[in-house]
Amino acid sequence: MATSDIGDIQVAERALQHHFADMEQQRDTSSFGMWMFLLTEIMFFGGLFCAYLVYRASYYHAFVEGSQKMNITLGATNTAVLICSSLTMALGVRAAQMGKPKLMVILLLITIVFGFGFLGIKAVEYHEHWVNHEFPGPSFHFETGDPAHPATDPQHTEIYFSLYWAMTGLHALHMVIGIGLVAWLVIAGLMGAYTPHYYNPVENVGLYWHFVDLVWIYLFPMLYLISKKHGG
Amino acid sequence: MATAVQTVERENYLNSNYGIKSWLLTTDHKRIAVLYLISITAMFWLGGFFAMMIRLELLTPAGDLVSSDTYNKLFTMHGIIMVFFFLIPAVPAVIGNFVVPLMVGAKDMAFPRVNLLSWYLYMAGAITALTAMVTGGVDTGWTFYTPFSTTYSNTHVIGAAIGIFIAGFSSILTGLNFIVTIHRMRAPGLTWRRLPLFCWSNYAAAIIMVLGTPVIAITLLLVALERAFHIGIFDPRLGGDPILFQHLFWFYSHPAVYLMILPGMGVISEIVACFSRKRVFGYEFVALASIAIAVFGFLVWAHHMFVAGISVYAALVFSLLSYLVAIPSAVKVFNWTATMYKGSISYNTPMLYAFGFIGLFTVGGLTGIFLASLGIDVHVHDTYFVIAHFHYVMVGGGVMAYMAGLHFWWPKMTGKMYPEAWAKLSALLVFVGFNTTFFPQFILGYMGSPRRYHAYPPEFQVLNVLSTAGASILAVGYVLPMIYFLWSLRYGKDAGPNPWNATGLEWMTSSPPPTHNFDETPVVTWEAYDYEHQPQEEITVGH
Repeated sequence: MATSDIGDIQVAERALQHHFADMEQQRDTSSFGMWMFLLTEIMFFGGLFCAYLVYRASYYHAFVEGSQKMNITLGATNTAVLICSSLTMALGVRAAQMGKPKLMVILLLITIVFGFGFLGIKAVEYHEHWVNHEFPGPSFHFETGDPAHPATDPQHTEIYFSLYWAMTGLHALHMVIGIGLVAWLVIAGLMGAYTPHYYNPVENVGLYWHFVDLVWIYLFPMLYLISKKHGG
Repeated sequence: MATAVQTVERENYLNSNYGIKSWLLTTDHKRIAVLYLISITAMFWLGGFFAMMIRLELLTPAGDLVSSDTYNKLFTMHGIIMVFFFLIPAVPAVIGNFVVPLMVGAKDMAFPRVNLLSWYLYMAGAITALTAMVTGGVDTGWTFYTPFSTTYSNTHVIGAAIGIFIAGFSSILTGLNFIVTIHRMRAPGLTWRRLPLFCWSNYAAAIIMVLGTPVIAITLLLVALERAFHIGIFDPRLGGDPILFQHLFWFYSHPAVYLMILPGMGVISEIVACFSRKRVFGYEFVALASIAIAVFGFLVWAHHMFVAGISVYAALVFSLLSYLVAIPSAVKVFNWTATMYKGSISYNTPMLYAFGFIGLFTVGGLTGIFLASLGIDVHVHDTYFVIAHFHYVMVGGGVMAYMAGLHFWWPKMTGKMYPEAWAKLSALLVFVGFNTTFFPQFILGYMGSPRRYHAYPPEFQVLNVLSTAGASILAVGYVLPMIYFLWSLRYGKDAGPNPWNATGLEWMTSSPPPTHNFDETPVVTWEAYDYEHQPQEEITVGH
């Protein structure tokens, strides 16, 4: 144990950047930086959430009609997939912290599989919307499916779909970046970069991953579950 | 300290290694600051060129020099370049990047590679925006108001928007780096209450960068998407709401004007204390006023929209909240003057610029109160009064502070003194030229001359000629420093570590500083601006 401890500390010393006094300062700094970055991400998505709230208040019935077109089964499955991926991510961070690099790599690989699973299911949904002309633009076509509210304007439903594509698209882009980051952790992990003394990249990517999950946790009810009763 | 002998051959950040690669791949905050200095100066001249074209067109009442379409593009590109590629990054990315790590006694910023990335993002954004300009320009005004920008404009809106989007991430990363650096990288003993006010004001500006910039990024992304796919978020024909665009736009762009002035205020605090040989009066109040401006700044955005169709009650609330900003701003102005009171003042160039700043910022700030009042705003909205107001704050305040800071820290950055007599002359030219340019615009605006037209009624000609004449003086005032700064690199006198006999950790290392800033990590046991205990020596260099 003693020799491996020394080895770990040597890995950690190599990871200490020149401008930090010690590992503790480096760890604090990098995780503080990550939290700040996530704050900017909240504001970034915040603009879209704000637009969503404004138009949902203005065109509630049109939004309900748009949400009827969502495939709730796939959406719910995807929510479950993401929650599972967060679990494996969290366990992966824990494994890195406990000095179990092999376990960490396995857990991160599972996380990547879940990530691709999410994107695959999302692609199926996107394809459905695409062939049904539920993509905003000249080819957009929406027939009101609710005789009780024939007055809703297809243009207002188009705004719903604009927001749907923009919000889930931006989220999917974050997923793609996240998968790339986790893949990088796997490669670095296989090369023995992380030890209980130095694992802040794993922790930070974990934070990012959980944040992206959390965005979906909000997107799912906002876009899929507006109201199952017509007109709510 | 001042007597420390400095050998010419001492290794510093400039001569530690050579070659283009050692600059383009550097993670040294001082070299990144120099990269920013060069690129920002280039953008300043480009934006200044557009400004000169505008002023030349307005020399005569008829629209005879350029067509109205070209004129629209000129003021748009002037605005985009000056706001997003000069004013926002100027003080933080050049002076802040160089000085903040030194001031907190750190070897570098918290994230050196992120710091370099932010310069590359700035360059990528600038090149994208410039490409849009070279291939035909943009005519929406720097504000990109919808639905004109999303539907009707036939110019390169998407290119310019993407350029600003990319540069926005540069700003976000710079802000993030400042916040983390100031929290985590301070030297032992350097408590928040001992922190120089320049750090405080950059911290406040960084809050705005981090919280505001993502919102403009997503907003411009939506504009680009709407233009490309007609998604109807902001287009009223498709059920969208153009007022929503204005809300989202000004949610960032109003705090952004404080983002342009706050770091400048920090520069002024440093300079006023140094050249009055006194601790800044009411240090805590000046520090917290920076934070207050950043916080209040987020609550006043709709004062740009009084005539845009928001409810009268909302307008009332936003008007009252806008008055609030005057309080911390006035705290700063009063405290600077109180610092000077009974100080032993020396009139070096940085101090001359600081005087200019305090006067011009006060004029700009007070006219801001006019504009925050609903009645007056309806009268002067979209006139030259507004132009004059924000140029007093941004050029009279922001650029003056940037010039002040450049002169103040130039000896630290390069190890050389600039020629004091020429510098004083140029400070005078800038002050006279600036007032001649922009004071007539207050009168023009009050008499009802609207902004953004390339022709005007003949009775406004005298004031417009005055304004153009002033702009020419101003241009000379900006060209001179460019020449003598470059001259000083070769012929300037050696500055020594502390030519101003100033306090602050950045003056305790050699000029230019070594790559690692300090040979030993400093331990701070004194207050900021401890001029009472600073050896009383004359400022020897530069007379």
